[in-house]
Amino acid sequence: MFLSGCDRLAQNEKVRNVLDMAETLTKTTQRALLSQGALAREYPEADISPVFKVNGTSMPDGEEYARLLEGGFADWRLVVDGLVRQPLSLSLADLKNLPSRTQVTRHDCVEGWSAIGKWTGVPLSVVLEKVGLLPSARYVVFHCADDLGQTLGGSGRYYESLDLVDAFHPQTILAYGMNGEDLPVAHGAPLRLRVERQLGYKHAKYLLRVQATDSFAGIEGGKGGFWEDFGYEWYAGI
Amino acid sequence: MEVSDRGRAQSESKLIYRHSSLVRVTHWINVLCLTVLLMSGLQIFNAHPRLYWGQYGADSDPAIVSLDAEETDGSVRGVTRIGSVAIPTTGFLGASKVEGELTPRGFPSWLTLPSYQDLATGRRWHFFFAWLFVFNGICYLIYSFLSGHVRRDLKPDRDQLTARHFIQEIADHARLRFARGDEARRYNALQKMAYLVVIFVLLPLMLATGLTMSPGIDAALPWLVDFFGGRQSARMIHFVTASLIVAFVAIHIAMVLVSGVWNNLRSMITGYYVIKPERPPI
Repeated sequence: MFLSGCDRLAQNEKVRNVLDMAETLTKTTQRALLSQGALAREYPEADISPVFKVNGTSMPDGEEYARLLEGGFADWRLVVDGLVRQPLSLSLADLKNLPSRTQVTRHDCVEGWSAIGKWTGVPLSVVLEKVGLLPSARYVVFHCADDLGQTLGGSGRYYESLDLVDAFHPQTILAYGMNGEDLPVAHGAPLRLRVERQLGYKHAKYLLRVQATDSFAGIEGGKGGFWEDFGYEWYAGI
Repeated sequence: MEVSDRGRAQSESKLIYRHSSLVRVTHWINVLCLTVLLMSGLQIFNAHPRLYWGQYGADSDPAIVSLDAEETDGSVRGVTRIGSVAIPTTGFLGASKVEGELTPRGFPSWLTLPSYQDLATGRRWHFFFAWLFVFNGICYLIYSFLSGHVRRDLKPDRDQLTARHFIQEIADHARLRFARGDEARRYNALQKMAYLVVIFVLLPLMLATGLTMSPGIDAALPWLVDFFGGRQSARMIHFVTASLIVAFVAIHIAMVLVSGVWNNLRSMITGYYVIKPERPPI
């Protein structure tokens, strides 16, 4: 009786809207605490996890990805477009020629586990400065090659998004290297996002396109991310 | 404030005003918060029912505590592992019935909110009630220090801190003999110390270890991670501290039941508590 009552409450739209106030409060509080652009902890290499757990997609389906992988990602391109002055299509070699950053950080999964790994990539800010965001741009959306199943109102493709605070954070990188080697397929080859002050589901793998936008309306389920469309918080700082 | 007539003989019961309205209101809000936090917390725990020590910890790292499900010959068994000890806990921990079928599940559905597996909803409830718990706790603490509640009601009196007094209290508790007369106007020393530990150690520890699991807070307040020795250590302490609070609540409720359930409940609802007269000398 009590339990089914709780379940009914949990599914009630109005109750959900009230509970969602906590996400706004959390985001506002954390952003206030992080106003000095605080960095996530960087660990010594000795702390790197012996095995970095693979989660979500470990091998994207589909011929397109299989063909890219077979060609060593020579034909892979990262499209950067949307509300930008100069849309670009970047190869892996183009990205590797840009300034890079290497960081040993802890990956915190929403499920509760953590793993420490070393990531090398180009700061997202470098790429965004290259394309030049239009003043109307508020978010950066990451479109991926992997499919995690049919979503409510979405295609099932993985996607994620950040606002400009996290997009321009120095530790937010588009990583092509992990633990001193090329990014393995299971961890998102050829390119994945690292957003070190947020939970693992924000760190989109198998990137294909970076889109600057002013709203999530019309993008997949409209909540700004694959898991967000399933009810997870868009601000994943806790 | 006291309603009873002090002049009356010691042989009669007296009604005293024991709990202020702020203590009563914050107490019941805390009951709601801790219930929801526990049940939604177990829902969150179920997403990865293993606990580690240190900075990192995932499937291939050694766990200190795990609620495992093992499949043999098509049947599921629940096994709770603590260190190298494995305890069969089928039906309760590791594997329990979901819609009549034995299913891998850390804690059973009757202990989680929502009852079905839904991490996203569990988190939303957990964080909403965590905020409510924090605001409620701040109100309680400000009031308790300013009004003298801590000093007057919770701080053990000098005479309560002697070994002799403790031994007497332990013996009284064991025989379920509770204070009457003037002695019942104050909390006993064991009770005071239990309340102090919960209010000033366990509940703040829950909040601090909970925040240490947040990557955002860890960037803002990195000393928290150092203090607890890593995010996974903080998760372990969060779980152990929650268990200690559950143990406190169990003892608290048991004491409420055996020391006069209606009198206790009335005092936490209306504020008024009946002091029974001293036992006549035998």
